[in-house]
Amino acid sequence: MVTLRAQDLSVRLGRHAAVTSVSTMLEPGQLAGIIGPNGAGKSTLIRALLGLVRPERGVVSIDGIPIASLGRKDVARRAAYLPQGQTLHWPLLVERLVALGRMPHLGPLSRLSPQDEALVDAALARADVIHLKGRIATELSGGERARVLLARALAVGAPALIADEPLAALDPGHQIDVMDLLRAESRAGSLVVTVLHDLSMAARYCDRLLLMDSGRLVADGPPMQVLTEQNLARVYGIAVRIEADGDWPVIVPLGRV
Amino acid sequence: MSIRRHPLLLPILMALTFAAALGSITLGAVPLSPARMVAVLTGGGDEVARAILLDLRLPRMLLGLIVGGMLGLAGAALQGYLRNPLAEPSVLGASNAAALGAVCALYFGLAQLHPIVLPILAIITSLIAIAALFLLAGPSESPLTLILAGIAVATLTGAGISLSLNLSPNPFAAMEIMNWLMGSLENRSYAHVWIAFPCVLIGAALLIADGSSLDALTLGEEGAQALGVDLGKARLRMMLGVAIGVGGAVAVSGAIGFVGLIVPHLVRPLTDRSPSAVLLPSLLGGAALLTFADIGVRLIPTSSELKLGVLTALLGVPVFLVHLMRERRLW
Repeated sequence: MVTLRAQDLSVRLGRHAAVTSVSTMLEPGQLAGIIGPNGAGKSTLIRALLGLVRPERGVVSIDGIPIASLGRKDVARRAAYLPQGQTLHWPLLVERLVALGRMPHLGPLSRLSPQDEALVDAALARADVIHLKGRIATELSGGERARVLLARALAVGAPALIADEPLAALDPGHQIDVMDLLRAESRAGSLVVTVLHDLSMAARYCDRLLLMDSGRLVADGPPMQVLTEQNLARVYGIAVRIEADGDWPVIVPLGRV
Repeated sequence: MSIRRHPLLLPILMALTFAAALGSITLGAVPLSPARMVAVLTGGGDEVARAILLDLRLPRMLLGLIVGGMLGLAGAALQGYLRNPLAEPSVLGASNAAALGAVCALYFGLAQLHPIVLPILAIITSLIAIAALFLLAGPSESPLTLILAGIAVATLTGAGISLSLNLSPNPFAAMEIMNWLMGSLENRSYAHVWIAFPCVLIGAALLIADGSSLDALTLGEEGAQALGVDLGKARLRMMLGVAIGVGGAVAVSGAIGFVGLIVPHLVRPLTDRSPSAVLLPSLLGGAALLTFADIGVRLIPTSSELKLGVLTALLGVPVFLVHLMRERRLW
């Protein structure tokens, strides 16, 4: 169980103010989606939540402890990160790649214990890539690779999972699989934060949406409250039709405003 | 093609290293009969045989193993850290910089003050070169940026050595400086072993301790950080490990290029390709390769003994060609 909190968080990348005065509290058991147009600061926000970029102002805390006062390994054990479009620099076996997820739990020269190996297998199974175990990660298709990298993040076994666009490069079937998996993780008590571009997916799966625009958090709440015609017109500059399909809204972009 | 570690990789490398060590002791310009050598090794033997074996060949063999092991390991570690199979102490200028430090120590007479001055200066210049390299290459993951930065550092330090060659007061001094440019293990004594050994021990320990950070860097810098790697510390260990190890090695052998390029390239296909898995095999392979090369320069009949760096450079060319052909998809 882990709680992530940002208080008045601002991040500057070079001269560009990427995130401005964001305050939010993310709690365990939640699947929180971060949405917003390209360049809105979504990725920078989650990198700041992980302590990967130094904020210009404000504090990020995990379970009430400021992230800057935690060691890198402590952060790594609490929050797993799945970066966007991860490049792999060596042609590792899938099994070996996913086992990297156990690193925060290991000493500098220690090997994987049988428990670690069991957790790696469990992560491979949850991401539905156990059959790829013996393949070379750099030779997989885009979709297979995305799921293997998700398994790598799951193998950390951290109470928080932060994923940057995990649906890119996936076909609709696998998009649903991944969202089902993220939801299952959150239902099991994890905090799951994910950057998404597909608004209907976000509406359907997330418990809560954070809408960002030009570095600011402009809406934060249940999907139905955030995904309004007005908000989407203002932030994305698009006109949409929002159709209620059972419990979930379906968002159909119609054109530019 | 297998991607797990070949079960025989380490035994084979150990056997090769042992064979190289044995060859280095038994082969040389002066042929000794096996009976005479056995006599020396069992504590007896005649004076000439004792002098050749214990005072000439043994330190030379030890240095071949120590220097070669360090160069192989440093190459493997730098390749892992920089995520680039072409990274190597001499390609990136670290070896040349250490040689420049050694040449400066000799040129300005500092080396006569104390035997420790020369290796210290070699370590410092090599540290400066690596710091400059990391600074020039920046956080970029492009191989091109890194190689360009490496060429800049290597060329500058090479120019420094050439300058001292150019200005050297007499041909003997020039010959001496040439040794540092091309590398050699000729006429080395135990004093040299005692300079190189502790440096290489510290350097190797620092680099091997970084193994898991190198593996995490497979996922890039942020990926590694998110796995708990303190990049600042990893970078510091890498810089110190290469500078102390390679600086200490170059301080006794001169700049011997390409060992750190050739060996990881040869052993990597027999490992699981993760950077940490290449480290130890590269250390053993480097020790074996350099010792074999040193036997080669002793046995190849030339008017004056070939410099080691000449031979290793010749062996390094095919590795670049293989990478070139892969890049051009000819192979």
